[in-house]
Amino acid sequence: MLGIPPFPAQILKTVLAPHLSRRGFFGYGGTAAGIEGVNRLLPAYLRSGTGLQRGTPDILDGSDGPIELIIEETEIRIDGRRGWGTTVNGTIPGPLLRFREGDEAVIHVTNRLDEDSSVHWHGILVPNAMDGVPNVTFPGIRPGETFTYRFPIRQYGTYWYHSHSGLQEQTGHYGPLVIDPAQGEPESFDREHVVVLSDWTFEDPHRILTKLKKHPDYYNFQKRTVFDFFRDVAAHGLGAAVRDRLEWGTMRMNPTDISDITGATYTYLINGEGPEVGWNGLFQPGERVRLRFINASAASLLDVRIPGLPMTVVQVSGQHVRPIETDEIRIAIAERYDVIVEPTEDRAYTIFAEAIDRSGFARATLAPRVGMQAPVPPRRERPLLTMADMGMDHDMAGMDMAAMQPDTAGVEQGAMPGMAAGHDMAGVAMGLRPPGTLPEETMHGPDTHGKANASVPMNTRSRLAEPGLGLGEDGWRVLTYADVEALHPNSKLKDPDREIELHLTGNMERFQWSIDGVKSSDAEPIHVTLGERIRLILVNDTMMNHPMHLHGMFMELENDKRAGIPWVDTVNVKPAERMSLLFTADAPGPWAFHCHVLYHMDSGMFRVIHVMEPDAHMGHDEE
Amino acid sequence: MRWAWWIICAALAVGVPGAARGQTMAMGDRTVYSYVSFDEFEYRVGPEERPVELDALAWIGGDLNRLWVKARGERSTRGGAGEVEGQLLYGRVVSSFWDLQAGVRFDMRLGGGTEGRTRGLLVLGLQGLAPPWFEVESMLFVSHEGDVSVRVQASYDLLLTQRLILEPELEFDLAAQDAPEFRVASGLSTVEVGARVRYEIVRELAPYVGVSWERYAGGSDGPERETSLVAGLRWWY
Repeated sequence: MLGIPPFPAQILKTVLAPHLSRRGFFGYGGTAAGIEGVNRLLPAYLRSGTGLQRGTPDILDGSDGPIELIIEETEIRIDGRRGWGTTVNGTIPGPLLRFREGDEAVIHVTNRLDEDSSVHWHGILVPNAMDGVPNVTFPGIRPGETFTYRFPIRQYGTYWYHSHSGLQEQTGHYGPLVIDPAQGEPESFDREHVVVLSDWTFEDPHRILTKLKKHPDYYNFQKRTVFDFFRDVAAHGLGAAVRDRLEWGTMRMNPTDISDITGATYTYLINGEGPEVGWNGLFQPGERVRLRFINASAASLLDVRIPGLPMTVVQVSGQHVRPIETDEIRIAIAERYDVIVEPTEDRAYTIFAEAIDRSGFARATLAPRVGMQAPVPPRRERPLLTMADMGMDHDMAGMDMAAMQPDTAGVEQGAMPGMAAGHDMAGVAMGLRPPGTLPEETMHGPDTHGKANASVPMNTRSRLAEPGLGLGEDGWRVLTYADVEALHPNSKLKDPDREIELHLTGNMERFQWSIDGVKSSDAEPIHVTLGERIRLILVNDTMMNHPMHLHGMFMELENDKRAGIPWVDTVNVKPAERMSLLFTADAPGPWAFHCHVLYHMDSGMFRVIHVMEPDAHMGHDEE
Repeated sequence: MRWAWWIICAALAVGVPGAARGQTMAMGDRTVYSYVSFDEFEYRVGPEERPVELDALAWIGGDLNRLWVKARGERSTRGGAGEVEGQLLYGRVVSSFWDLQAGVRFDMRLGGGTEGRTRGLLVLGLQGLAPPWFEVESMLFVSHEGDVSVRVQASYDLLLTQRLILEPELEFDLAAQDAPEFRVASGLSTVEVGARVRYEIVRELAPYVGVSWERYAGGSDGPERETSLVAGLRWWY
């Protein structure tokens, strides 16, 4: 356990407590036998809480040769309660896969379920056939079969892997994946922990989806009551309270509709442990500790902070960023944030990850010794959506209404597809704004996206600089996308050839989710030409947050940092937000583009973006 | 006869979720779902007949197209008089919040002097959510004898707490002709105003109590008014 195998010295100077008592570490809850049970059900790299070491069981080092993964149903234990999970190598989360930039990954995945399965390597730039999306990039892995993934590792950073079949991700089929950079880390640190955040339910996820289809408010136990109405009357007057109810009621929307699935069924986990047991990570005072946060939730955005300990963000979506110190980070589903903390005191700290609707939380402890605990902060009050989340600001000050152009849903600007050859007037000539800049505030066009969409915002605008619903009022710093800047500016930032505008649409009252009002099974792929530079404009016409993920290619988030715009594979689009991203279509094949709320994706908020050779492209009409 | 509707509901409830399971490969956005709801199933104190009343519906289908079954009925626990009604409808989503429904309805009298009388009707309906969040069901009926009538139901949920919910409800029937065998009088044939307070033990299961006031224009001795205390169970799955 103490033998430290070859490992970049700057990453690991781990100091181990020699006689760890697991019982002492957990401190409370359950019998000794029960606690042993808990431990066996966690991957070894998470058990002792000492940090990531090569050579620990369940850290599968891809540099040492092929990796074997087995997907099966396993009895697991969450906060002392037994259930069945879809596990990778028997644990939730699955084993940590570790590579070095430049490795060739060879991963044999055996499916021991009685249904099809798959593994998708989230954020990893792989050849299309290795991307692991059933019916899009490969047929899936049949029960009893083994599929071998083989791809070069051409990047560094913190990623994760998960099933892309059915709702298996909800039941535990996910794990962390870390790639050490060939160039070394720009920021030094003494110790690192992966911190996998997730949401667990003892319910069958198909049952959850069925309930949502029948009663979409099934899990919302934070609605406004009659007494809230009386309180509003007392505070704001009868007229204002009635007007507010009428406005929401007329739209048939609910300002408390923040998360579809809540703490009413979810237990929020950090590294596979619920808040009662709580995962424990160690540090020595004075060390620089790197925390690799991964939100592997199926349907929960989580707000993460460590009271008393500022966090310096050094990677976003696995890519180096200019270090930014902050106190709280909203981590959308599938996002990763690597932070460095420098605890100097000999005391414990709580890692607190609160669901955005405040219906529950996950917590873990960072401490110099096992068995130490820090206070767990109270949950904050459930926020309310505002008319701004509906794109209906009553305060339109500073907006020149006459200058605002209606948006171009379904209409593309820039060069026409298939006309790229010899076409030198693309981009600039068509008046596309410079790369890296923010989109203009825009009135929604006349297309309301049909009956699968509940309503459209009046106007949509960039909200990158806003901390998000329920954040920013606590007296501490909150990271926003506007703060994030790539560590190495891209001096060759290219102009886009054309824009594709996609509207995120849905109808909460029927639990239908779609893009441009069309669910995935009714939609045609979006065709782009190999080499084309695309500006993807995402417009959220719904009142929910949608973490959107593009497979196969990194996107550059146009947050006004010009050459310093950050690389992302997943980005959270706020309600009524207009967001602009660039990507170069350099990876041929059909790639998934979808909302990472598992139930939104499954219900239809999913598209295929097909990158085609220039000649193969002719004759295809665009959406 | 009214048990036939129970059997249909039960068959839908048991058979359909099983059929909807098998899909693991495809995206779930074509999954067929089914729903069975006993919105009201209650005992009424006040009227001499001490009736048991039922108002249930079921649907099966996808996001846009659904097959609907609606059943309602009333039967005295003292003498067995009453009536049952069943509807079989095809419904299609026509806008964000509205389903258009069309199909057939079957009525039957139970007990008393009109025992066993039946009639068939054609149905055209619009069901959905009206601002500011009223659950609305409006139906146009044409009987096999050419009688035309309209029924409108509206209800609203007022949350006293997250689980204790007050639901006021209004229903009225307008008829163009008399149909005395079915207690229908032309004009405002029936009006029912009710308020029920339910407690959702779980979302699917909620016992309730309430009051209901009804006025029938088509009684044998002219208009009748009834005030009832009701106690029942609402459940769905």
